[in-house]
Amino acid sequence: MSIAAQATATKLLIRQASLSRQRRFFLAFCLAPALAVLMVVSLLPMTYLLLTSFTPLNLTNPATEWNFQHPLLNYALLPGDARFVNSLWVQAKLSFWTVLLQLLIGFGFALLLNLKSGLVQAARTVFLIPMVLPPIVVAIIWKVLYTPDISPVHWALRALGWDVPALITNPGWALTAIIIADTWEWFPLTMLMLLAGLQTVPEELVDSARVDGAGFWQTTLHVLLPYIRGTLMVAGLFRLIDSIKAFPLIYLLTDGGPGSVTEVTNYYAFQQAFNFSYLGFSSAITVVLVAATMLLSWFVVRLTGWGAVE
Amino acid sequence: MNRRQSNRLIIQVLVIGLAILILAPFVWLVRMSFETNAQIFAFPPRLWVAPTVANYVALWQTEFRHSFLNSTIVSLASTSASMLLGVPAAYALSRMRRRSDLLSLWIIASRLAPPTAFAIPYFLVYREIDLIDTRLGLVVIYLTFNLSLVIWLMRSFFENTPRALEEAAWIDGAGFWQGLVRIVLPTAAPGLAATAILSFVFSWNDFFFALILTRSDAMTAPVAVVNFMNYEGWEWGRIAAGGTMVMLPVLLFSLLVRRFLISGLTAGAVKG
Repeated sequence: MSIAAQATATKLLIRQASLSRQRRFFLAFCLAPALAVLMVVSLLPMTYLLLTSFTPLNLTNPATEWNFQHPLLNYALLPGDARFVNSLWVQAKLSFWTVLLQLLIGFGFALLLNLKSGLVQAARTVFLIPMVLPPIVVAIIWKVLYTPDISPVHWALRALGWDVPALITNPGWALTAIIIADTWEWFPLTMLMLLAGLQTVPEELVDSARVDGAGFWQTTLHVLLPYIRGTLMVAGLFRLIDSIKAFPLIYLLTDGGPGSVTEVTNYYAFQQAFNFSYLGFSSAITVVLVAATMLLSWFVVRLTGWGAVE
Repeated sequence: MNRRQSNRLIIQVLVIGLAILILAPFVWLVRMSFETNAQIFAFPPRLWVAPTVANYVALWQTEFRHSFLNSTIVSLASTSASMLLGVPAAYALSRMRRRSDLLSLWIIASRLAPPTAFAIPYFLVYREIDLIDTRLGLVVIYLTFNLSLVIWLMRSFFENTPRALEEAAWIDGAGFWQGLVRIVLPTAAPGLAATAILSFVFSWNDFFFALILTRSDAMTAPVAVVNFMNYEGWEWGRIAAGGTMVMLPVLLFSLLVRRFLISGLTAGAVKG
């Protein structure tokens, strides 16, 4: 190789090296502002929340601000607080039933909609509507349906000679009323996720099961269900994480009542902070919820390989 | 073959029936918004009533108009800010070799955290710096979920745009910015539109933060409708009209981007 050619090759290498350095600098420049803002808007507030949870902060009493004398007092009080323990129980019931019903109904609808037909395709869009409505509008819709004076459901039942009392003011039925409304709102999400899963099932797999004489139920149970197990898990986990955030429905339909039969943990934290002004105690409850959310999100990250290169 | 066809027919009839059943509650609210209060309370309800827009007219003459404007401004501002900050960041993340699980978890967690986790610290700080009941305050707190949403969705869109194009542009002497603005962004245009729409929808739909951080001046439409229920008695016609107006823009936008809904709602964990 001639000296001149070598020199050119070296120059090219140097140029490439400097280009790649410049490129790294450019990428860092793109990323930095967003990370800085994310730090300020979400990491700092979370730290503030954690610190507040170590104080007895109560806005009506200035002496409680930044008072770290008994940092773990709030947490120590939690297990003995009957309303907190009750809220965990309500939360567990709400989460269990909504996740279960949404998975079952979502799977059923996904099976129905997994048909190649123009009409069924169009119906898919229609089924999306409950999920894309603003949550507060969903709450208004169900408030109407649950108010006997104006509810078409109550009218229909009365016409059949069946006078049903208002569900949302009845301690035995209020939580069920919330579960029904929440299921209506969110089954489209599980339906869509499971439908996407069903569409990845190879047709040969279904056909060979048919050839072997498997009926509809057998195919569903032994071929389709095992194939989309992963999607089922992720959909379930997602609804589970989201059920911890349930708010507008409870706020508008029952306000946590009657008594505290629909007071989920998140709602109890809201009451403590913004109705009773016990922000320190409420922060401790919230920290517990954030920890639970993080743990569940971690499972999702592991299951979906979130952040991994596809 | 015949049996298969009849099965198809049964499924189609079933799907139509279920679609009507699922949509009925939603249609009922829209219908109520065009009825007078007397018609709403009539028993049994008439099948067909002459529609009236009186509820909408009455509603628009109240403070609701102002709240509707607030919702629009806050959602647009928050979407613009998240896109401006988040799109370059998403691009950078999509082009970097190493990935940080911690960063992923952080971005996801800030999208999924229970609302009180942000409401409490923001409420305390906003009291000190006079941001309670301001639109700016809402725009900032909406960044907590919108910025992570934009970074997450756009990253996966950018990963699907070929790197060869921008690399060719650099060799031709284009700067990095030019490469991003002229080559990468146009290729990812559908993704940009979908992300902006979802970000707008999530800001518009927020109820909790607006409930806690606004009083009157910056109150958004969802809170205004609920306040209407609490203070003005049970004016069902107007409540239904308010609900219909709040849901209309969101409904149209969401159906436009329905292909991206799953990834949007699951913060990108699941591809639609």
